[in-house]
Amino acid sequence: MGEEFRDESAAAGHVDEAEVGLRLALVADLDAGFAEVVRAHERVVYSVALRLSIRPADAEDLAAEAFLRAYRALRDYDGTRIRELRLRPWLLTILRNTARNAARDASRRPGPPPAFEPVAEHSAGPSAEQQVERDDVQRALGMVLARLPEVQRTAVVLRHVVGLPTGEVADVLGCPDGTAKSHISRGLQRLRALLAEQDDDGPGRSSIGLRPALTAGRTVR
Amino acid sequence: MMIDGVEPIVAALGGLAAPAPAGLTGKVFTGWLAAPSRLGEVFVAFTGDGVQFVRPAESVHGDADAFAEAYRDRFGRPLRPADRAPAGLLPALRGRPAPSLRLDLRRLPDFERDVLGATRRIPAGQTRPYGWIAREAGRPRAVRAVGSVLARNPVPLLVPCHRVVRADGRLGDYMFGPAHKEELLRAENVDLDQVAAFAQQGVHYLGSDTTGVVCFPTCHNARRISPAHRHGFRTIGIAVAAGYRPCRHCRPGVEAASA
Repeated sequence: MGEEFRDESAAAGHVDEAEVGLRLALVADLDAGFAEVVRAHERVVYSVALRLSIRPADAEDLAAEAFLRAYRALRDYDGTRIRELRLRPWLLTILRNTARNAARDASRRPGPPPAFEPVAEHSAGPSAEQQVERDDVQRALGMVLARLPEVQRTAVVLRHVVGLPTGEVADVLGCPDGTAKSHISRGLQRLRALLAEQDDDGPGRSSIGLRPALTAGRTVR
Repeated sequence: MMIDGVEPIVAALGGLAAPAPAGLTGKVFTGWLAAPSRLGEVFVAFTGDGVQFVRPAESVHGDADAFAEAYRDRFGRPLRPADRAPAGLLPALRGRPAPSLRLDLRRLPDFERDVLGATRRIPAGQTRPYGWIAREAGRPRAVRAVGSVLARNPVPLLVPCHRVVRADGRLGDYMFGPAHKEELLRAENVDLDQVAAFAQQGVHYLGSDTTGVVCFPTCHNARRISPAHRHGFRTIGIAVAAGYRPCRHCRPGVEAASA
């Protein structure tokens, strides 16, 4: 049995004992096993949800909804299927579909436009300066990321925000590895272009701190 | 172009990962526990929004796994054991007032939620006919549908479906058997024998000739009428024709007369 899992994991590009443990836990007791699955993957699922939800405030609900859909699917899977399940890309595929459904529903319903999140004011002492700068960079980056086409954004987020290997990115996108790679690199290219465009547009609020942090080492103007 | 992991933009993207908020698991998992109640031990499942499912241990032969399976089949959510009951649950299960108790009825269709909402407003020690619930829920003709909804009440005791009875004065069915229905109503001091005696005489409403108000027999206003001033009516229409006004507390509506 162990051999079988190793082969399976090797096909995924890496051997992950923890993942195998999670599958067995699911087979032994679905609810208790699922609690372990959530614990192991909630950071990745939530981090991706933050980038796929229309508003960051929706990310927690989106992640919860995706986990619930996953649970409902698992209830219908038999042990054999669960033992072969590659949990992380599977969960992220469900998350992506859930996000796309939510976006489609939101576009059908009239509602407030997905405006920029109100920026929380910092009570920044001199010691917190670096942290503030980093927060600003991340917020700005998050905003340009949101402007990427869905497939490029998802590819970039999976590869570079949560560090999935390209093979898993391809799994989630449902495309060959080569296509996933090109989505990732085109997404990054587009990100760079958007960031440069923002810099050229002058010092807008969203570009605070971008130039020094993100385009360091590149020739600006 | 090779993506280089140390490129600033890639490093900054890595910084966008964030720990999941503490509340996430609570939105995925439902807590469950066993607690004492007026129906003996009950199993209770509750989310962060309130109590979702209650079943007497007796109804699942004391098997917590059977309860869990019934819950999952109906709600499709994973369960985890809880060590603390939500506010108000324990007094409510014992039949004491529990204003802080919250119920999670979000996922139910509107009509079901309205039926349960109307049922929840029946005070302890009183009963109402199925037709009354139908009217309060805004669908006066859906009397049978009310019966079906209450037969699968997710939160018995907390939504006191045992207080909903037949228009002819008989108790009618109960999800855990008519014997339990009778037991619960008697424990709330509903005078079932008197109600039955009235029903046998064709009396389903009681009016007071001093106040000119007509009530359901179990209404606390009806119980205060002394026998000398008490008048029985078969239908609310007859009482109204005789100059009586339907009680504002128990609201025996005109529609209920035709049910």
